[in-house]
Amino acid sequence: MSTDTKKVLFGPVADNNPIALQVLGVCSALAVTSNMANALVMTIAVMIVTAFSNLFISLIRNQIPSSVRIIVQMAIIASLVIVVDQVLKAFSYQLSKELSVYIGLIITNCIVMGRAEAFAMKEKPGVSFLDGLGNGLGYGAVLMIVAFFRELFGFGQIFGMEILPLIQNGGWYQGNGLLVLPFSSFFIIGLIIWAIRQWKPEQVEKD
Amino acid sequence: MSSNKETFGKTVGFVFVVCLVCAALVSVSAVALKPLQTANKLLDKQTKILETSGLLELAGNDIVGTYNKYVDAKMINLETGKVVEGDVDMFEERADARDKAKSSKPENDIAGLSRRADNAVVYFVKDEQGKVSTIVLPIVGSGLWDLMYGFIGLESDMNTVKSVIYSDLKETPGLGAEVLNPRWKALWPGKKMFDEQNNVAIKIVKGGAKAGDIHGVDALSGATLTSNGVERTIRFWLGKEGYGPFITNYRAGGLK
Repeated sequence: MSTDTKKVLFGPVADNNPIALQVLGVCSALAVTSNMANALVMTIAVMIVTAFSNLFISLIRNQIPSSVRIIVQMAIIASLVIVVDQVLKAFSYQLSKELSVYIGLIITNCIVMGRAEAFAMKEKPGVSFLDGLGNGLGYGAVLMIVAFFRELFGFGQIFGMEILPLIQNGGWYQGNGLLVLPFSSFFIIGLIIWAIRQWKPEQVEKD
Repeated sequence: MSSNKETFGKTVGFVFVVCLVCAALVSVSAVALKPLQTANKLLDKQTKILETSGLLELAGNDIVGTYNKYVDAKMINLETGKVVEGDVDMFEERADARDKAKSSKPENDIAGLSRRADNAVVYFVKDEQGKVSTIVLPIVGSGLWDLMYGFIGLESDMNTVKSVIYSDLKETPGLGAEVLNPRWKALWPGKKMFDEQNNVAIKIVKGGAKAGDIHGVDALSGATLTSNGVERTIRFWLGKEGYGPFITNYRAGGLK
């Protein structure tokens, strides 16, 4: 892999993270992170949608009339999201029952639109596809970290496996009620942003 | 190049083509995946019914086979409590409830349904000898956030509880969603739904039911509204606007 491809694919994980640096896609990061399995499925779904919407939009970028470009992007993104939702319903009914609402909301995830408008409209299809994958990875990395803390300390589990036995199941661990609720993700995301900026001070905004 | 793609005609044409391609993509995936989705939905329902009747472990990986062997689904009319004709696999309470011709407004709508379908599907689960061992009754009612869907399993006396299993809900994880916790579900078996006068007697007790209380089940701590929802849902469905007439008929031997 050349350094350029690497940069496009893995840059969004830490250097240019869509959630931590651009603060996009926070809404769904709150909603689907109560356990790691959901967060993983959501990550994969967003990766697929971002990658393919970038690819298709980049393929037709020279034909899109600029007056209707946002609508055209939305049409493509919305179609892809519906397809992902249908596939999930067909192959993983249990997960789709829990995630269906949020899968639909990928349409409004600013990361997908943001990448289409900022990257795919200017770049070649191949590199746009990788950029989509990379941003999905960056989004997923944050989601998985948040979900890890929420599931472990909220429910005493990781991927549904019991790590800290809860009192209500006859164990000793009192689950953290705050982490069970979606808004606790704000705190965790805040801490993640702080940690990344400690590590990479160039991300700190100048006054 | 940019000048000729911005004309009105080109723009409309382009949008039209994009819409056509997108619509084709969506329709193809929806139509092609429909059979799998329907099968999944049915499988999910059958799994819950087997779980409610305690046959899930016996079934192992063969849900459909076990279901077909032991479970006999019948559509009933709730008002008369008698068996009627109907497609039991495709029946959906909420879909019928939205249809004014197939539903009615309950007088005492404690379950928060606003409309209730006229028909229902009940499941007779048989043992090895072909005798009915469990009757599974689907229930639906408001929790804290939204409707909660589930099943009650009753023994053949139509009184002793085998289990209460929720299949679909949007309650708060860790609080209301604890109705799915195996420890809470384990409180149900052996409880009696009705008292000696045949009134619905089951109740959810805040602070915990007394030992030996055959009608009381502990409430979920931190989830009063969900607990109330569960109690009202069960009371509604076992009452005269729910399965009441069917239960009376069944006890009198009217269905055999």
